[in-house]
Amino acid sequence: MPELLRGLRRVYQGYFLLLFLAALLLMSDEGLRRLPVRRLLQLDPLSAASVLASSWLLPAGLAAALIVVAVTVLFGRAFCGWICPLGTLHQIASWLTRGLRHGPYQKANRWRAHFRLKYLLLLALGIAALAGTGVVGLLDPLSLAMRSFASGLLPAVDAALGKGGTRPRTFGGAWLTAAVFLGLLAANRWVVRWWCRALCPLGALLGLGARTALFRIEVDEERCNACNRCARDCQGGDEPFAKHRVSECHVCLNCLATCPEEAIRFRLFAPTSAPAGGVDLPRRQLIGAALAGAAVVPLLRATTAEASPEAIRPPGSLAEDAFLARCVRCGACVNACPTGALQPSLTTAGLEGLYTPVLVPRRGWCEPSCTRCGQVCPTAAIAPLTPETKGWTRTASTGAGRPVKIGTAFFDWGRCLPWAMATPCVVCEEVCPTSPKAITLEPAEVARADGRVVRLGRPRIDPDLCVGCGLCEAKCPVAAPAAVRVTRAGESRDARGGFTLGGRLP
Amino acid sequence: MSAPVNRRLALRRLGGAGLVLGGSGALAWLGRTGRGRFQPARSAQPVRDHRAAEEPSRPPLVVARGSDPAAMVTAALAELGGMARFVKRGETVLVKPNMAWDRTPEQGANTHPEVVAEVVRQCRTAGAARVIVADNPVHDASRVAARSGIAAAASAAGAELLSAAAASFVPAAIGGVVLASWDVLAVLLLTDRLINVPVVKHHSLSRLTCGLKNHMGLLGGSRGRLHQEIHACVVDLAAAFRPTLTVVDATRVMVRNGPTGGRLDDLKMVNAVAVGTDAVACEAWAARQLGLDPYDVPSVVQAEGRGLGRVAAGAGPVPEVGAGA
Repeated sequence: MPELLRGLRRVYQGYFLLLFLAALLLMSDEGLRRLPVRRLLQLDPLSAASVLASSWLLPAGLAAALIVVAVTVLFGRAFCGWICPLGTLHQIASWLTRGLRHGPYQKANRWRAHFRLKYLLLLALGIAALAGTGVVGLLDPLSLAMRSFASGLLPAVDAALGKGGTRPRTFGGAWLTAAVFLGLLAANRWVVRWWCRALCPLGALLGLGARTALFRIEVDEERCNACNRCARDCQGGDEPFAKHRVSECHVCLNCLATCPEEAIRFRLFAPTSAPAGGVDLPRRQLIGAALAGAAVVPLLRATTAEASPEAIRPPGSLAEDAFLARCVRCGACVNACPTGALQPSLTTAGLEGLYTPVLVPRRGWCEPSCTRCGQVCPTAAIAPLTPETKGWTRTASTGAGRPVKIGTAFFDWGRCLPWAMATPCVVCEEVCPTSPKAITLEPAEVARADGRVVRLGRPRIDPDLCVGCGLCEAKCPVAAPAAVRVTRAGESRDARGGFTLGGRLP
Repeated sequence: MSAPVNRRLALRRLGGAGLVLGGSGALAWLGRTGRGRFQPARSAQPVRDHRAAEEPSRPPLVVARGSDPAAMVTAALAELGGMARFVKRGETVLVKPNMAWDRTPEQGANTHPEVVAEVVRQCRTAGAARVIVADNPVHDASRVAARSGIAAAASAAGAELLSAAAASFVPAAIGGVVLASWDVLAVLLLTDRLINVPVVKHHSLSRLTCGLKNHMGLLGGSRGRLHQEIHACVVDLAAAFRPTLTVVDATRVMVRNGPTGGRLDDLKMVNAVAVGTDAVACEAWAARQLGLDPYDVPSVVQAEGRGLGRVAAGAGPVPEVGAGA
């Protein structure tokens, strides 16, 4: 029976890990329809709690997190041991490095006082969320795993494979993203599942829930001969050989299988008492964490009054304050963007905007009919648009209202070929996807230095027609930087941010 | 053997689990039905018509000449029937001077403080419960209030100074040709009466800045945009706000380098104050003080076209009164 349970757990872990990787890799319109990555991320109670605390509402799909809450009150942190793909990767990493850890089981795999850090992090991040920021997503395990693969590890794999890679593209800060992730995996060499035990705020949240778990580990003291072998493969460092820490237990059930005396069971209403240690934090530390959390938002918001002009948000994004509250920095949108235009922000969107998505037209453009970023967003920080509501590819017969505008293109006449160099060029006008075109060519005759008169068209922009897609900047033949560049000016999510009167006059 | 199930423990565990799951469910339900912290922008509210009942026997505009600004306000108002005709006991009055620039009264960029103070005094005498003096300035609000002399004079006369820096703005329905809605000082939607107290100045874009353009000081947001269609915009505002009275400070008018000026050379001493119920007539009269033909000022012509008043009432001879020395 214990072996069967362990086998079942491994099947679950493998299934969810493969599901997670498949959702990352099968990022196409068809793939998204069959395997919506959003649904996986919406199982996360930490994301749900963060969105609820920061924006005082819960987008529909996030109610799915109640499934994990139900699993937790039944079985404890079974999510950590059976479902979490990041946990599974850490388990694999600790298994691969098992030969490097020495000493008696109960010493090598003991509970350490610093494992309480995750509860302090949870408290600080929870208070920051109440103040209106979604920075908890930086440490949420599903968000961390999603963005580390999407904009760190997979691009590195692509780079290693060269053109044979799945979806070759580059991401700003990919090295940092990957390095943090690999560093956390490497920590398993010293402490098994160190991330899950010491840092993971979702683990902390579920650990609090696990205090009411109906099923728990129970040790039959008459059978136990204190061999401590139960600590050998323990994933949570919850010390089944001593006073078992329910909040730390990942429900891996390895202890059941390794106990030679069959003294350990996992059963309903086991009389194991509420865990000692783990959650009982010194008051000073709690107060310190709470104060730190309360300081996060004022400090972040005192830095800048508004996001940088380059912080172009995906189409359908909420207004900036609501966006920063709602976005869990999972990078699903970055992974979903077909042109590679969406990039994780390192500095563009400010410190609070770390790993939020920004559109970088030199790396790609916003495809006129594409609404994938909003389809994958688990928290609706990017509204799920349709091509009609996005409004960039409307024919006269479809759609009403104004198109979603994410920015405005501006010409740099000093760099533009027809304006500055008497050289004909029409690329920006040619690729401009709006109808009528936001970029038009003004006919001109220009004398070159050799006296030859050149007839050419000088591009001009109509800011009320421009939607900020970035095609002109992406395709501009002038490099580093382009002669036409998009900023977030005039974005429609900022009701008061326009700079034209909108052409209401006849 | 493992211990048998203890009934009390089982009930306690079930209770705890139910509490956690039920609490989470309740929070989720609240989150599903809640309205959220980040509300969509409030819908624009209409601005009331602030005009008083017409009295055909009274002129639409009266000009007082003299050297004492307060005496000129009093004399001109008397010809129109006195402030009691316009402000009733217990009403709230919003007085909107031009108080936009870090300039002293001598420099003529803002309304003369004595003109503002006398308007406030007349309102209080007529029984106004509250008289609020407000402008959303271009320069720093606290410096402007102090250096213009208006804060001190108006407070002494019994007004409340509303600093735009601390004031709240709400969207108002403008329903104009260009402006559908715009953020305005919240107090504009609360007040019973609006008295526009501009100063006459030259302006490079609109040629003249006086009462019509003075309404822009009640706006928040990115006002720079309005200059793309300045004439149509100021007419939209005048049509939406409909002031009770316009009190034109022409004690000294700025004839060049407006609307900021700075040098005393930029000013011409006119020693007059015009008070009128016809905002277009007041604007036309003000244009003449700068040597302009009112029919050459697009906003004046457009305002008449929109039925906001009569240019002729200010372009021709205007009833005048003397005001003391």
